[in-house]
Amino acid sequence: MVATALQTNDGGRMKILVIEDDRETAAYLVKGLEESGYVVDHAATGTDGLFLASSQPYDALVVDRMLPGMDGLTIVETLRRQGKTTPVLILSAMGEVDDRVKGLKAGGDDYLAKPYAFAELLARLEAVLRRGQTGQPTTRLTVGDLEMDLLSRTVKRHGQTIDLLPREFRLLECLMRHAGQVVTRTMLLEKVWDYHFDPQTNVIDVHVSRLRQKIDRGFDHPLLHTVRGAGYCLREPA
Amino acid sequence: MSPRNALRTTTFRLALAYLAIFVASSGLVLAFIYWATSGAIDRESEQIIEAELTGLREQYRQWGIVGIVRVIEERSKGERADEMRYLVAGPRFERITGNLTGWPAELRERRGLVEFPLTVRVGDRAEVRATMAMTFDLPNGFHLLVGRDMKERSEFRQRVIGAIAWSLALMLAFGLAGGYWVSRHLMRRVDAINRTSGDIRAGDLKQRVPVAGSGDEFDQLARNLNAMLDQIERLMAGMRQVTANVAHDMRTPLNRLRSRLELTLIEKPDEARYRETIQATIDEADRLIATFNAMLSIAEAEAGSKAEAMERTELPPLVDQVAELYEPLAEEKGLVLTVAHAGVAVAHVDRHLLSQAVANLLDNAIKYTPAPGRVTVRTEAGPQGAVVTVADSGPGIPADQREAVLGRFVRLEQSRSTPGNGLGLSLVQAVATTHGAELALTDNAPGLCVTLRFPRVPEARGNGK
Repeated sequence: MVATALQTNDGGRMKILVIEDDRETAAYLVKGLEESGYVVDHAATGTDGLFLASSQPYDALVVDRMLPGMDGLTIVETLRRQGKTTPVLILSAMGEVDDRVKGLKAGGDDYLAKPYAFAELLARLEAVLRRGQTGQPTTRLTVGDLEMDLLSRTVKRHGQTIDLLPREFRLLECLMRHAGQVVTRTMLLEKVWDYHFDPQTNVIDVHVSRLRQKIDRGFDHPLLHTVRGAGYCLREPA
Repeated sequence: MSPRNALRTTTFRLALAYLAIFVASSGLVLAFIYWATSGAIDRESEQIIEAELTGLREQYRQWGIVGIVRVIEERSKGERADEMRYLVAGPRFERITGNLTGWPAELRERRGLVEFPLTVRVGDRAEVRATMAMTFDLPNGFHLLVGRDMKERSEFRQRVIGAIAWSLALMLAFGLAGGYWVSRHLMRRVDAINRTSGDIRAGDLKQRVPVAGSGDEFDQLARNLNAMLDQIERLMAGMRQVTANVAHDMRTPLNRLRSRLELTLIEKPDEARYRETIQATIDEADRLIATFNAMLSIAEAEAGSKAEAMERTELPPLVDQVAELYEPLAEEKGLVLTVAHAGVAVAHVDRHLLSQAVANLLDNAIKYTPAPGRVTVRTEAGPQGAVVTVADSGPGIPADQREAVLGRFVRLEQSRSTPGNGLGLSLVQAVATTHGAELALTDNAPGLCVTLRFPRVPEARGNGK
């Protein structure tokens, strides 16, 4: 599989609740997530989903927007009113910017429009799980021997200063904040450029390959990896 | 149109309402004239009676009751005896002299100015006439009555009432007829529109509302409706075209996908081969999804931007950001991408949609321009409004095909070897339309120059966003 699941602080497997009414989609999600190392529960209606989500501890929820009984946004709003901060990834057939904004306003942590690649869902799920874990804001990011100082806006690898253009800096910052996770092209386009459309040509690849030239060239082991069919991953060598 | 329908029209109802108001106000005016005129006759009669009495008072002072009796006797036979009524009666109302047969019973208790019906003989017929009179008690128990026949007033009243009735009747008749005529006339025009829309609903989209040529409001309505119908017809033709193109363009990749799977199934089972096929199938499905997404974006852009998404925006930073995204791609391909700004162009735009449109233009320019070459993006704060231009040094588009490339799925390259779905410019066109901007494709000699001209934005207020 593309990536392996994050682990809970005590080393256990993370527990995900999938609220999705379509039987086949749900089976696909449950299987895919289990293969990726998560423990998965499934609820087929909004009311069941809300009951499970409010009565049991989950590390994250994957919620379909259109559900029988109670719609996805209402579930998220209700949970947030109960004071639950469980990260939520909303799935929807509606991909317009407006719907995305509505989804995030309701309390969702991320929004994914159908149809999506499973790798995309996995990467985004990992990102929202990680968001729940990170504590206070940092001024330094480190991956292996790569260091980024967010205040002086400098990057060093193995003590050697690397000159980056502003957009390369932002790109690297995003990859470093999600170090060890797969970051998809769409996520990069959203996070670095704030664009929610997909460009016809894969412009992101060119940006990443330029960045790779600067941070990996001339060093014995690469840090920036391409994950086939998914995106990119910045990680220390094992 | 049946006559009964004309009676049910708004026009006819309006005519009726207007007629009612007109009749009521005319009736009031005529009633006032009637009242004023008959009042004048009453006052004239009073004056005449008063004058008679003045004479009689004079007689009484000189001759006492005898004088009055004499004068009354004379006057009762005098030239005005037809018109005037006199009577002198004794203490028990017995007639002494005058041209009345007796003291009217109803006047026994009434004194002063009175009005009463009086039966008089005209030839051999008895006639009841309204009479106005003054009655007095004379000293020593005698009674005196001087009156005037009000026949003139009655006749006048009858004439006036007749005239009023006739004129109201005529007014009603003309008003009803006129209202009916006007509503039939208007109904004919409305009927023409209804007939046409009925035909169109029945499927004949070529029908148009007839224009009378007089330039009146019905002609204006007809012209507007026709323009709307033209637009609908164009859109429907466009939709048919798109549907056909979608079907056609989807069939090819779906067919490819299907044959690949089928072929793998026929071949000897081999896991590596299976994985390869599945990956290729996923890639193909992703391309199909991307095409659908592009179509949805166009539909979204065409549906018009939500008002809250439209903001007064400075275009240079927006264009810079898109250019920055594409700059490495251009460089990789051996193209020089330049950005230039003349003044600070400002337009009322949906930032998201416009970024996508500019991205599509740059994508196209970079894709179709061979190296070495150049791509230039310019913004200009023109006097008519903001202008955004994307120009390249590529092969350009022949003048006769510039219109066609804006259509969906149109790609000039026959071989279709360059990746793309032929939707890029359609989206730009849709975004331009949503923003009220004009999209122009011109010759860059060599290359293509795409220009977006935005409408002018009023100056921002002091506290504007």
